[in-house]
Amino acid sequence: MSYLEYSVKRVPSGLRKVLHVNWALVVLLVAVSCVGFLMLYSVAGGRLSVWAEPQMKRFAAGLVLMFVIAFVPIWFWRNIAGLGYGVALVLLVAVEFVGDVGMGAQRWLDLGVIRLQPSELMKVTLVMLLAAYYDWLDVKKTSRPLWVLVPLAIILVPTALVLQQPDLGTALLLMLGGGAVILAAGVHWAYFAGVIGLGVGAVSAVFLSRGTPWQVLQDYQYRRIDTFLDPGSDPLGAGYHISQAKIALGSGGWTGRGFMQGTQSRLNFLPEKHTDFIFTTLAEEFGFVGAFSLLALYALIIVFCIASAMSTKDRFASLLTLGIAANFFLYFAVNMAMVMGLAPVVGVPLPLVSYGGSAMLVLMIGFGLVQSAHIHRPR
Amino acid sequence: MRRSPRDTEESVRRINRRALVLGGTMASVIGVLGLRMRQMQVEQADQFRLLAEENRVAIRLVPPARGLVLDRSGVLLAGNEQNYRVVITREDAGDVEAVLNRLAQIIPLAPEEIERTLREVRRRSPFVPIIVADRLQWEELARVAVNAPALPGVTPEMGLSRHYPLVEDFAHVVGYVGPVSENDLAQIEDPDPVLQIPKFQIGKVGVERRLEEPLRGEAGSRRIEVNVVGRVMRELDRREGVPGAEVRLTVDARLQNYVQARLGEDSASAVVMDTATGDLLAIASAPSYDPNLFVRGISATDYRALLENERRPLSNKSVQGAYPPGSTFKMVTALAALEAGAITPETTVRCPGHYDAGGRRFHCWKRGGHGAVDLNRSLAESCDVYYYDIAQRVGIDVIAAMAVRLGLGQRYDLPLSAIAEGLNPNRAWKRERRGQEWRIGDTINASIGQGYVLSSPLQLAVMTARLATGRSVMPRLVQSVGGVETPVPDAAPLGLSNAALAAIRRGMEAVTNTRTGTAWSSRVDDPALRIAGKTGTSQVRNISAAERARGVISNDQLPWNRRDHALYVSYAPQQAPRIAVSVVVEHGGGGSAVAAPIARDITLFALHGGLPPLSAYPASQRTRIDNERRALQLREFEGPDSPVRTRA
Repeated sequence: MSYLEYSVKRVPSGLRKVLHVNWALVVLLVAVSCVGFLMLYSVAGGRLSVWAEPQMKRFAAGLVLMFVIAFVPIWFWRNIAGLGYGVALVLLVAVEFVGDVGMGAQRWLDLGVIRLQPSELMKVTLVMLLAAYYDWLDVKKTSRPLWVLVPLAIILVPTALVLQQPDLGTALLLMLGGGAVILAAGVHWAYFAGVIGLGVGAVSAVFLSRGTPWQVLQDYQYRRIDTFLDPGSDPLGAGYHISQAKIALGSGGWTGRGFMQGTQSRLNFLPEKHTDFIFTTLAEEFGFVGAFSLLALYALIIVFCIASAMSTKDRFASLLTLGIAANFFLYFAVNMAMVMGLAPVVGVPLPLVSYGGSAMLVLMIGFGLVQSAHIHRPR
Repeated sequence: MRRSPRDTEESVRRINRRALVLGGTMASVIGVLGLRMRQMQVEQADQFRLLAEENRVAIRLVPPARGLVLDRSGVLLAGNEQNYRVVITREDAGDVEAVLNRLAQIIPLAPEEIERTLREVRRRSPFVPIIVADRLQWEELARVAVNAPALPGVTPEMGLSRHYPLVEDFAHVVGYVGPVSENDLAQIEDPDPVLQIPKFQIGKVGVERRLEEPLRGEAGSRRIEVNVVGRVMRELDRREGVPGAEVRLTVDARLQNYVQARLGEDSASAVVMDTATGDLLAIASAPSYDPNLFVRGISATDYRALLENERRPLSNKSVQGAYPPGSTFKMVTALAALEAGAITPETTVRCPGHYDAGGRRFHCWKRGGHGAVDLNRSLAESCDVYYYDIAQRVGIDVIAAMAVRLGLGQRYDLPLSAIAEGLNPNRAWKRERRGQEWRIGDTINASIGQGYVLSSPLQLAVMTARLATGRSVMPRLVQSVGGVETPVPDAAPLGLSNAALAAIRRGMEAVTNTRTGTAWSSRVDDPALRIAGKTGTSQVRNISAAERARGVISNDQLPWNRRDHALYVSYAPQQAPRIAVSVVVEHGGGGSAVAAPIARDITLFALHGGLPPLSAYPASQRTRIDNERRALQLREFEGPDSPVRTRA
């Protein structure tokens, strides 16, 4: 369906757009970010300037960016989806050659003003391009094999580049995020069954190839999987992080040890306590009540996104919103599963809470698109 | 491209269906996450909280203050002293070497000490304080404190360390403490965790070692919060330890100091014992050493000097030394013969100066012989032939049994190191240990305390006390531990006939109080303080027949370590004995000339409770005694002089 099909008059224009912003979603995002500020203040030992303050500034900038994107009509974003994807792809290739190495992987691109993680940007542009593709594609052709290969290629090219960095976590997230859009677009179930089958095959290949000269993953990735499968096997080595995270989380109890009273984070037993493992501090200091509340906030954000997607008749808007929601979901679900010992340790931040610029920026761009879709939806 | 409205409707419915599927999947995953949270935070919370506590809380031991050691009247023998030291922390210091060099300009620091500190600083975590200098003067510490701005990371500290205020006087009795060695840890079955504290010191010798357990006390503990690298964040709570028990010894510090000074630099030892209770009033061994050196960590040079000194300062000769008792053993032989009925006090033996037995000729110390000798004269003049003869009549086994009854040849349970057992040889012993039959010559040698017989000064003092009282007096060194009195062992009568004991005592009285007695020159003028004793001169070499023919060389001409040992045992006052004394001067020469005067001075000091008036000495000796006394350097003690309080 094209934007020409519905009357532009029925879409709010000018300042009237402010009335049609999904304000509930904005409130939820601000609430989650505030939890983040609180926790960053706590893990810094009660100092604002270390992590909380820069994070607040970033969030403020992100919020402005979100509104700017939100007020631009959704069809503009659909039209530049291909361009955005292309830029992200070029950046991904560029990071191969000029990227900074952090934590053993080439992930960062220093653009002077901002240190960018192109793989994060790719998460949004991938969803945009896939949504635009299915918006363009004849509905009847959706499940035709040839027309399924195209989105598959759209997903696999950046995934392969990210795997090259190597960053297994982001690669998986890209595939799952893209897969969510294809699923929402209505591709036949048989394809998903096939992909799952292939996935199982790939996983067995990964494990069977271990130790052979043609092993698929890096040694550190194998170790992370080992650690995930049995964290107790090496409590002072690779399993140390996850063991300490679980101790922090579990020792929170019902109501937690109190704000700034978490011994695990205050005494540095927790690794990466301000980034990937920040959830453990929250769980330690505010207990089950606090941790579950954050989970509920996240769930509400997802609910509002799905509701927004279902209320629009625009295919692009709908698929885009669902894709962004799926990506957001993947962030917090993988992060929480990781610190609770349900998933291997992959470098995935807790969205809007973990300290970090790239992920926050990309998330706010994503929610800007969601808002744009919400504001400009045909009524 | 335009699409039919039907297509659009269909597409929207499909997307909405799929959106619900996606939402459902997400909801179920969120549900799993929520359940996992509940499981960890609600059901397993206790378990995880315990693990968190284990992470966070470390227990550090607080060393207890070591118990004091006091003498019988409360004079401090071993105490704890404030010890000022300087520590350095690497992370605060920055350039450790530069800071140490600056510190060396303020307090004396040897280059090797700086080296050692640097090595240790590099080995340990940056936040662990390392001791740079120990046992500083207060002024030095103050200088460090004043210069604190120029010395980042350097902190003055206070701690307790063992101190022996009487220095050499009790080195052998009280002993000393030192750092715990690997060897010490290996010997203790269930080591007290306090031993693992760096620089913790335990008793190494003497009372410090043998009474280690009550003296050590119990460690307190601090529960501290540590972070992941072990840095102490704060103290959570503190449980004070139990300080070590106070140990009160039976010794008298004033007397011990006098005895130690009187023995001087001779290689000698002396024991003073209360005849009624067995309380050891003084156990001295000379030369002595400064036990404080060991607490600080003695230098290799000093230690080698102590080890290589032929007078063996490290040895506690009064209990570790085992000497042939010589003529001091004659009371044993005589008493054995009297008790066995082999002789009476009136039995006489003719002494021509030698005695032939088993094809050999045994000599009396007096070449011309003593003529007809009875028991009294034999003791007073120390005739050897008399004992050769009477020993033949009773046999060695009876003599050895009497020696045991009188307290020789046995190890007393005193809290001292390396107590010698001594030896009372008999037939069975020689067969068993030497694989040889006992010979007549052995009995003859043993009868005058030569040959195989070995006794320690402590045993000789016990023997003398038993002779003086007729009771089985047992030595006692510890008066009380932690305020709990050590019971005085019940001294049962020895079961010896009063007549025999009286005859022996008369003989011992004659030694000092008759003109012909061997210790006449060490007599006491004051009738109330008269001493009964026995001299002994024990050979440490065999005198060959050829040598004897040439004329025995006098001791003065021999090298020091081949000269005779001088011994003297005595009790006083002779009419109502209160103290028994034994003195052994290694390679000192004759007992009457060397040991007896020392014993007399000690006895008079003990009975008088300080230096006795010169009137106690014979008029002819007073000038000499006075000069000798002036030469002695005695320690000043607080409080008035008072006689050693013994049970009369």
